[in-house]
Amino acid sequence: MAVVTTERGPPVRTASQAAFFYRPEVRQAIYQIVTVVALVALFYILVTNTAANLRRQNIASGFGFIDRTAGFDVSQHLIAYDNTMTYGRAFLVGLLNTLLVAALGIAFATAVGFLVGISRLSRNWLVARLATVYVEVIRNVPLLLQLFFWYFAVLKSLPVPRQSYALPAGGFLNVRGLYLPAPVPEAGFEMVALAVLIGIVASLVLRVVANRRQMLTGQRLPVLWLSLALIVVVPLGLFIVLGKPLSFDYPELKGFNFQGGMVLQPEFTALLLGLSIYTASFIAEIVRAGIQGVPKGQKEAALAIGLSNGQTLRLVVIPQAMRIIIPPLTSQYLNLIKNSSLAVAIGYPDLVSVWSGTVLNQTGQAVEVILVTMCVFLSISLVTSGFMNWFNKHMALVER
Amino acid sequence: MVAGTDVAASVERPPRSTVGPIGWMRANLFSSWGNALLTVIGLFIAYKAVAGIVSWGIVSATFSGTDGSACTREGAGACWPYVTAKFAQFMYGRFPEPERWRVDLVYVLALAGLVPIMIPRVPGKLWNALYVFGIFPVIAFFLLTGGVLGLAPVDTALWGGLLVTLVVATVGITASFPLGILLALGRRSKMPVVRWVSVGFIEFVRGVPLITVLFMASVMLPLFLPPGVTFDKLLRALIGVALFAAAYLAEVIRGGLQAIPRGQFEAADALGLSYPKKMALIILPQALKLVVPGIVNTFIGLFKDTSLVLIIGLFDLLGIVQLNNADSKWFSPTTAMTGYVFAGLVFWMFCFGMSRYSQMIERRLARGDRR
Repeated sequence: MAVVTTERGPPVRTASQAAFFYRPEVRQAIYQIVTVVALVALFYILVTNTAANLRRQNIASGFGFIDRTAGFDVSQHLIAYDNTMTYGRAFLVGLLNTLLVAALGIAFATAVGFLVGISRLSRNWLVARLATVYVEVIRNVPLLLQLFFWYFAVLKSLPVPRQSYALPAGGFLNVRGLYLPAPVPEAGFEMVALAVLIGIVASLVLRVVANRRQMLTGQRLPVLWLSLALIVVVPLGLFIVLGKPLSFDYPELKGFNFQGGMVLQPEFTALLLGLSIYTASFIAEIVRAGIQGVPKGQKEAALAIGLSNGQTLRLVVIPQAMRIIIPPLTSQYLNLIKNSSLAVAIGYPDLVSVWSGTVLNQTGQAVEVILVTMCVFLSISLVTSGFMNWFNKHMALVER
Repeated sequence: MVAGTDVAASVERPPRSTVGPIGWMRANLFSSWGNALLTVIGLFIAYKAVAGIVSWGIVSATFSGTDGSACTREGAGACWPYVTAKFAQFMYGRFPEPERWRVDLVYVLALAGLVPIMIPRVPGKLWNALYVFGIFPVIAFFLLTGGVLGLAPVDTALWGGLLVTLVVATVGITASFPLGILLALGRRSKMPVVRWVSVGFIEFVRGVPLITVLFMASVMLPLFLPPGVTFDKLLRALIGVALFAAAYLAEVIRGGLQAIPRGQFEAADALGLSYPKKMALIILPQALKLVVPGIVNTFIGLFKDTSLVLIIGLFDLLGIVQLNNADSKWFSPTTAMTGYVFAGLVFWMFCFGMSRYSQMIERRLARGDRR
């Protein structure tokens, strides 16, 4: 260390003479260079090792396999698929199945979660207790165990098709799945669909008009009722006038199995049930915390200026609670999407099961397949959180 | 004081309908028509649930038997002899029977360290921590793997059941904690390279499902290593789980770091503390205290996620239950359900216990701030 000793007093270290390595900016530069070198070295070792291993095991690399024939069947496909199609097509089938179960799961989990979360705050002691029990039981048991429970213990021990449980409205439940009547649109049904669409657009316009009117005159239009009439009553009337252009294809027992109708496979049902019920318990806690996070004074003030109970909830409490709820809700949605990959354990043909399972086993190209899987989940996560951030900005109260 | 007693005697008691159990019920269950309706629906659900559980678990359950035929009858409930017969398997997996005392000993040693460290009143926390984090892991490692002091070596492929669940969870927790702190500090660092590496790692791991991380650890890790070097399967899963948990933990700890006022950093700098000292003595103790609930939540999540290792072929508690459910000797309509309920109860006890303990600690830590 460069130290100057003077005749009088303790040793003095001058800035110019201070050791080069003790300057913060020099140190930081060194640390960063070391990090970069270490990372590059690690990456280099991994790549060379992997290349050597792949060569040794005679595994091809690159994405050439995507155009090869898959040769396996997938039990549920939203787009046309059979075993003569390519691995790329199988990938799409798996991806769509993942998106389907994730989207439905998010919808159900949100509905149940909000219901349970609000119930936990109910003034009714029994309802609040039931909601608490639900949350504490469900969120402390692994999701995978719940999926196994629904799939192997519940749905797989249902009776065979001949002894199906008959459900109301022509549905059947048995070990092969849940059979429901399939709606078949007939001529003229597109008119009804169009009417619903027009109704939705009209009620959006109505809302803007009503808001403007309230700003100018202080009078409120019954927006809710008018919208309901536009979206439901008018199309329903049209539906009846047109002679009910919709029939149902009912499932029927023929031989050993049901024909017709539409079927929800037990794998799909179990995954959807498990994901929704599990995630709902977390959403319930988020909703409860959000509502409790709104200061009591806000509600009291709203009641004091003469808003009704419903108005207080709708105009004062919920907008503020949503500000607290949305960020953690987003991460729960992301968790649900990621958790849908557990499908592989119960044989639902999702992305991980079809692509990182069957395709990986058949081609042996682990690096490419797993990288693609990870990229897909990363992009789904980014898109979802992007949308939720936009929604959050929209919901956030404008502050001065 | 004759007049006084007269007054006391004439004071009317509140109407019976507003006090006592009846008053409580009126206020909490039947305050309005809507509320009464909710109560009735709630009562119905509660009755259905309790009756269902009691009937399945006790009334129509089977308590003795030597195989699945004992539980095969119309309307049979839980098949408890299945759990009793397989209990040792559920706890130890295929760990050789004469060596199982070693697992028990590890549990006892773990409890001997954990119980005093978890009770705030017990003194000597430093020595206790030294034992739990320094000495105990070494003893446990040699006891479980064997190969020294005349202990027969036990291959990790034989480990199973609750043992694997606990090993994966505890190793995951202890390994992810320092890693998570490093990542959180890295993300808050002023050095761009360190920051971007941390951000990249955290966001990447948080964006993908644990299953893909485990697949990567089990399928890709062998490819990354030089030919001839092989890794234990359990170790590969442990690496995957620890890296995964570290990314989540880093975000929790970052929240705590962000909540520390700048003055604390500046004061530490002004005292001339080096970066490690500043962090270890001033910043982290405060930051970690703030995020205890988040840390425990991450650990609970990790504990539940250990069940995923069954997908890459390890037999944790759920994996071994799943394996035994397929045992043809115990085949019956309720075997699977019984197995899952048992595993669920074990997982639930651990997770619920952790969350209750964290609430207790939270209240205790908050006491200092309340005053």
